Amino acid sequence: MPVKQMDFPTATPLKPRARALIIGASSGMGAALAMKLAREGYDLALIARREELLSSLCNEINQKDKGRARYYVHNVSDYSIVPDLLRRIVSDLGGLDLVIYAAGLNFAPLINEYNIENDRQMLEVNLIGAFAWLNPIAALFQSAKSGQIVGISSVAGERGRVGNPGYNASKAGLTSYLESLRNRLTRHGVNVLTVKAGFVQTDMLKAAQKVMFPITVEKAADDIWNAMHLRKQEIYAPWFWRWIMFVIRNIPSILFRRMSF
Amino acid sequence: MVTLDKNFVTLENFGHSLRAPAYVFKPTRSEEIVQAFELANKTGLTVTARGAGRSYNDASLNGGGIVLDMSAMNRIVKWDPQTGRVTGEPGVTIEKLWQCVEPDGWWPPVVSGTMYTTLGGCLGANIHGKNNFKVGPIGEHVIEFTAILPAGTEVVCSAQNNADLFYSVIGGLGMLGIFTSVTLQMKRIHSGLLEVDAHPVHNLHEHLTDMLDDAPNYDYIVGWLDATAGGRGLGRGQIHAARYLNEGEDPNPQKTMQLKSQVLPLRLFLVFPKSILHYFMGPFVNNLGTWGVNTGKYIASLPRHTFRQSHAAFHFLLDYIPNWELSYGRGGLIEYQSFVPKETAEAAWTEMLKLSLKRGLPSYLGVTKRHRPDQFLLTHAVDGFSLAMDFKVTNGSRAKLSQMLQEFDQIVLDAGGRFYFAKNSETTPETAQRFLGEETIARFKSLKKRCDPNGLLESDLYQRVFGSYKT
Repeated sequence: MPVKQMDFPTATPLKPRARALIIGASSGMGAALAMKLAREGYDLALIARREELLSSLCNEINQKDKGRARYYVHNVSDYSIVPDLLRRIVSDLGGLDLVIYAAGLNFAPLINEYNIENDRQMLEVNLIGAFAWLNPIAALFQSAKSGQIVGISSVAGERGRVGNPGYNASKAGLTSYLESLRNRLTRHGVNVLTVKAGFVQTDMLKAAQKVMFPITVEKAADDIWNAMHLRKQEIYAPWFWRWIMFVIRNIPSILFRRMSF
Repeated sequence: MVTLDKNFVTLENFGHSLRAPAYVFKPTRSEEIVQAFELANKTGLTVTARGAGRSYNDASLNGGGIVLDMSAMNRIVKWDPQTGRVTGEPGVTIEKLWQCVEPDGWWPPVVSGTMYTTLGGCLGANIHGKNNFKVGPIGEHVIEFTAILPAGTEVVCSAQNNADLFYSVIGGLGMLGIFTSVTLQMKRIHSGLLEVDAHPVHNLHEHLTDMLDDAPNYDYIVGWLDATAGGRGLGRGQIHAARYLNEGEDPNPQKTMQLKSQVLPLRLFLVFPKSILHYFMGPFVNNLGTWGVNTGKYIASLPRHTFRQSHAAFHFLLDYIPNWELSYGRGGLIEYQSFVPKETAEAAWTEMLKLSLKRGLPSYLGVTKRHRPDQFLLTHAVDGFSLAMDFKVTNGSRAKLSQMLQEFDQIVLDAGGRFYFAKNSETTPETAQRFLGEETIARFKSLKKRCDPNGLLESDLYQRVFGSYKT
């Protein structure tokens, strides 16, 4: 039974609407991007597991912003329902211009701890969930010959450090998955932006011990918005991580395996 | 049927001012329409039929839903040159129709300004031609049609049989059912030519009075209105009034009714290909350029003259310059057409034209026609005139234009006017309610509930004007 409701206004030539889907929108960068996009007039479909957070975010947006928001409670590792849910969201929004994959999970293990269960969960949320959502979205955008995909990856994906093997592996996977999507989709008019986040003040960061120059989620959202607008391929947020990672990427293994960060 | 995701296509309105991606299917038989409804029921998506996509607004768009591209169902099933009755599938274009019937001495009773529209689209919008004051909309020439309702049943309707559906599915914007076959009565002609009288009009009063006076003596009347002219010349333009030739007036009707006598010229001044003309028009599609072009056109139209012109050349003005709509640039264009009773039209349009000049947003093309009312449920016609205005859409003009069109709506409503769903893209539910009346809307919605209990048929236009109802 059609469930299309009047939550989102119909676009007209004089009142065009931009439509975005944010996966992992309940907190952190996803939530900050939702606020930013709503201020810019986007209509938003927000996805996350935690309903209370989502509903209060939606209420806040619908009360004060130009854009409208509606939420869908979903666990990204519940892969089988993704195609149906995506179809419903595109129908509710009346189209889709932008998708942000911001779902991410980080269990920080002890230096000598190996935990397959935690690693599996991180891989499922950080990487396989991205496959589940971005594969069908890539097919849609390729067919429609337009669209933009933003993936929130991490500088952690650039080197395998002693601190968190599972997280590093999941983000390395996400970064190269996004690169593959970019190489597939650019020729079809679709932009793929990889965000390599450094230290941003999210819930995830509270688990980390050492923090150099963190930025607020709002600042990160602004940086991502600007990069999206310029249809860039890759950004570091904050920007100076480009140079930090340049150094780290070039540390020879003979040294790197003796370091403790 | 087919997989959904591979058919996700970005569709546009004719004016290129609106984009909406949808899952597009191209049925070739009516069973495939039924399959699409089944798929819609299963996936929770809505369905919209699209003909040639020539509507200026969102009539054939369904963002995120299923769109049935009817252009492959384009067979002329039966043509009887004795009676002039033709039966065709909904994807048959006006082009295909007139080319089929014209050599036998017939012409479609009502045609649009472009020949690329389809029968399904024409009936869905219940189009009018330059002869609306005389013969009504296309719906009045439909002998019978067959449509599939979303419940899966096929209905046959005529003015006698299923009359309530006949008068609501025609003009029903494809929201009650999808046409599968249409039988139309053609009009007998005795020549491939029309006799056209062209004369200038110097202001709006003269414009409308002349149209009113000309109407009884002609078969077709259309006016060009220079909306860039203000002051004493407000509403100036040129009227083309045409009549069919009687038997014997054309010395050689067999020759003029041949298709090769009906072609639109492909080249300008014999050498310049028209297919690239729109690139050169672009620089003139702005306030100053259009003022210059219109003034030149007005001066050129000053001598009153009479000439004979082929039907195709007279009717399909919009096809003279292929892809002319692209000359409006990236933002595309929208059209605003108002239908105002003859008593109030002059005052209402004077106010509108003055307002558009004051705001610096003049229409670049104004077209006037003479109309009479009809009995279709969602009719747009009045005993009066219509004025269609094209506006260029740019990032800078959207908000101002939107504001102005809202004011236009008020002026037209206060003058007892109506609007046309195939053209206006900004009509709001409140405006629709005022000109259609609550009773008409309630009747349409109750028919909708009867034909489409699950609400499967929904276009962006329907969403915008009528909202969706939940079952």
